[in-house]
Amino acid sequence: MSLDLLVSHYNYWVVIFLMMVGFYILISRGNLIKKIVGLNVFQTSVFMLYISMSKVSAGTPPILVDPYGEADVLFSNPLPHVLILTAIVVGIATTSVGLALAVRIKEAYGTIEEDEINAIEARTEATG
Amino acid sequence: MLLTLLAAAGLALLKVRNLFAVVMLAGIYSLLSAGLFTVMDAVDVAFTEAAVGAGISTVLFLGALALCGHHENKPGHTPLLPLVVVLLTGGALVWGTMDMPGFGDPANPIHHHVADHYLEESYSEIGIPNVVTSVLASYRGYDTMGETTVVFAAAVGVMILLAGRLGRRPRPEGKGGSG
Amino acid sequence: MREEVIVRVGAKVLAPFIITFGLYVHFHGDYSPGGGFQAGVILAAAIALLALVYGLDAVQRVVTPRFVRACAALGVIIFAGVGVVTMILGHNYLGYNALAHDPKHGQHYGILGVELGVLVTVFGVMVSVFYLFAGRRGRTQ
Repeated sequence: MSLDLLVSHYNYWVVIFLMMVGFYILISRGNLIKKIVGLNVFQTSVFMLYISMSKVSAGTPPILVDPYGEADVLFSNPLPHVLILTAIVVGIATTSVGLALAVRIKEAYGTIEEDEINAIEARTEATG
Repeated sequence: MLLTLLAAAGLALLKVRNLFAVVMLAGIYSLLSAGLFTVMDAVDVAFTEAAVGAGISTVLFLGALALCGHHENKPGHTPLLPLVVVLLTGGALVWGTMDMPGFGDPANPIHHHVADHYLEESYSEIGIPNVVTSVLASYRGYDTMGETTVVFAAAVGVMILLAGRLGRRPRPEGKGGSG
Repeated sequence: MREEVIVRVGAKVLAPFIITFGLYVHFHGDYSPGGGFQAGVILAAAIALLALVYGLDAVQRVVTPRFVRACAALGVIIFAGVGVVTMILGHNYLGYNALAHDPKHGQHYGILGVELGVLVTVFGVMVSVFYLFAGRRGRTQ
């Protein structure tokens, strides 16, 4: 029973592990670029979760080789593929917005380390 | 196995503090995940991930690093609190997967909602063999249009952020960014 | 990287193939993996490769920032325009059956049009974002 569970859920668990690695990078590191990398890892792990769910054992990619379906071919589920395909491109677009923000912060504060930015903010509030 | 390699790449990402190495590792991570997508029959997705993750996004990260410097400071505070939060969240998620159907079982509910219709009818309704394309562009055309608009909006955001005041270029093309 | 002969020649040889491959991926997306999203990214990658090897200014003389910005907007207009055309022809928004007598051909034209819109937007967005990041370098350092 438990071995069955391990085999049938191994994918999900590794995906969750990667998700948590991304989450950990996101909340424990102060560098903004590193945070964005962590966010990317998190994002990719969500993609993997979706694609894991769409997989059918012994299935083939959803491209109809025999269009009228006479042969008995098992296809994987195409719907998650569509969702993730667009999500990847949207993901890189939003990542670029995040990087642009990091670049502007670097120009304004001279650093992209969170604690240094906080220190600068505290100083300007105290003096101004 | 690919998944284990991916986990190793993720851990390396966590440890390495030189951001150039981090970006390169992120590229490797993307390429590995593209391989994983191929294994799991999502060839279109693998294609996109390889082109986007290992290609464009690495170039963009390098461009941002050239502007921001590539050294990361040591994390200032103790890693204990984030670790606890992460472990709790991870534990809750693993607990959640116990109710999920097994990997790759054709009887899973996800495969019997609309996917059957797409696989059986799309050739007689749309007439192209690649089901992913016909779902993307026809059955879910609104969805894709919204996503195209989001990509465009993201580009507008980057233009506003990066082509603003400092961005007055010597070349005449820069004038569009000042608005 | 201006002195590296191998890199320069290699990039010059590779770029046309990358661009051709991108267009193949786009137009063959109905039959094999591919489509507008992938093709747009591949074309943008070709431009990025050329810009990394030959310098940003040389590439921007050929593919101007103004042009890629226009592309980003034009793609959305093409996509929405296909929908408007089908509405004018008396069907639902994005109901491609209106585009030809045979619904299948209509679907085919509609998908090609929509994917063209996606291609143009993704290409324009990726290249203009790349230009913005790469073009900022000279000013801050």
